[in-house]
Amino acid sequence: MATQLIQDKWSGAISTVNIGALKEEGGSRSQVIKIGGEQSLPCLFKEGAIPNKPVIAFEVFDVAPDDWPQELVRPYSDVLSDPFAWAEKCVKTYKAKILCVRLMGAHPDSGDKTPDEEAKFISALLKKVDVPLVIIGSGDDAKDNQVLPAVSEAAKGERCLIGSAVQDNYKTLVGAVSADGHSIIAESPIDINIAKQLNILISDMGLPIERIVINPTIGALGYGLEYAYSIMERARLAALSGDKTVASPFICFAGHEAWRAKEAKVSVREFPDWGQEAERGIIWEMLTATALIQAGADLLVMRHPKAIEKVNGYIENLWKGA
Amino acid sequence: MFIIGELINGMYQNIGNAIKEKNKAVIQKCALEQINAGAGALDVNCGPASKQPVSDIQWLVEAIQEVTDKTICLDSSKPQVIESGLKVIKNKVIINSTTADPEKLEKLIPLAKQYNAKLIALTISSKGIPQNKDQRLELAAMIVSACVDMGFSTEDLYLDPIAMPVKVAQAQEKDILEAIREFKVISEPSPKTVVGLSNVSQGSTSRSLINRNFLAMALGNGLDAAILDPLDKDLIDSAITTELILNKNIYCDSFLEAYRKK
Repeated sequence: MATQLIQDKWSGAISTVNIGALKEEGGSRSQVIKIGGEQSLPCLFKEGAIPNKPVIAFEVFDVAPDDWPQELVRPYSDVLSDPFAWAEKCVKTYKAKILCVRLMGAHPDSGDKTPDEEAKFISALLKKVDVPLVIIGSGDDAKDNQVLPAVSEAAKGERCLIGSAVQDNYKTLVGAVSADGHSIIAESPIDINIAKQLNILISDMGLPIERIVINPTIGALGYGLEYAYSIMERARLAALSGDKTVASPFICFAGHEAWRAKEAKVSVREFPDWGQEAERGIIWEMLTATALIQAGADLLVMRHPKAIEKVNGYIENLWKGA
Repeated sequence: MFIIGELINGMYQNIGNAIKEKNKAVIQKCALEQINAGAGALDVNCGPASKQPVSDIQWLVEAIQEVTDKTICLDSSKPQVIESGLKVIKNKVIINSTTADPEKLEKLIPLAKQYNAKLIALTISSKGIPQNKDQRLELAAMIVSACVDMGFSTEDLYLDPIAMPVKVAQAQEKDILEAIREFKVISEPSPKTVVGLSNVSQGSTSRSLINRNFLAMALGNGLDAAILDPLDKDLIDSAITTELILNKNIYCDSFLEAYRKK
């Protein structure tokens, strides 16, 4: 007997978020990246439309990162201390379609750059590269509340994706992003209830739900990946059943989490059975990212060019079934 | 829960007058208010005072269809009134209602099929109102079997156990609630269930309080739809909260607002 596919019918859809604005739209990007729009669970192409493939953003810091393992530093060793050269290398050499800029240099412990300095940096970066930008703060709430509005204004009209808003600190960023025509990242600590609440709080301030991207927070392979997966799956099931308050695309910081894992970075000297660390970290980042694609990730922020190349190939292969 | 707004009923003075004076604006305002409060369908009943229900129902349906494409629930005990309403229907439609009497079933099931309508069936017959759960189940089984015989999908059938006023039939309420659950196992796919909620509090004081507690219990027993007053905010809040407890929606601190944003 032939196998019969059992298909669900969904009434809802994930909203589509555009990142980047072309010249005629008031920006200066060379293309617009569209994420979201699914009317089906991940990769179930027969069940409903999946109009946009997952996209990978290369992560770039505004200052040289001080805690990256050697293998991750290697491909960027010539550019790490020059963020413009770093960004250009991602775009020109590695063909990045979108960049995620982490303003680590604004953190009080990592340079404490002023809002003005960061705004000038982003303005200059927008002139150096023409791909759409995701911009995230340093993680220090008080400082980010000064820096991100300045950066948002500097990038006005470029339709960036800026984050992160969290439940206890979202008003300043929502106000800035709203005024300057960007979209926002709403971050919750692997907690579906907070993800939903934050989307409501943000939309109550007048920013449409269609300009929100959820960062569900993820764990790398071996560090809570399956828990993140279950949260993303639960949100998707509700969204596809018609709950607009969780129907936002997902951004997942796969690189950030994967390269924190011990398995990604300890040396082969310490753990001879684990194989060469040169490959291990890349594999760890790849596996984390591919699992997240299966969970519904729309935008992955990744680090190692080799891992990104492999995951892009994986996406192409998967989408052949579309 | 699927909410069928009950307020367009000639029994209410404002609607009765509007029908008499053919004042569309009153009807349309009432329709939109109910939809904005969460109604997925609008019950339409000409009421006892209407002298020409066959034409009045058409006028009501047309007035409503000018302002919304929500489902219309044609409410009359007279099949000819229902049929008249069906003739002008553009929106999705529910027939409200048939009883378990064969002559009604034989008339209304084919009409429902012809107009692609859903059908509300009361577990009641010309012999009277059932007095316990078993009588309700027996009548429900007759209705389901008539649907199956005539090729009408039981998924499109809404069984109504007849919610009796607590003031009159207190001893029956538990049976009514249990019947809602047990109706579901009569056929595969299961029929859906509905109640005319306001009947529960007929003649009582604290009507809203009685209505919302009954509704919560009925939802706990698997109720799919209710004909009710969607403008009763406490009632809708209670329904939303009940569905939250039943894990139908993801919790968040602003769960009432979240539901209304859906």
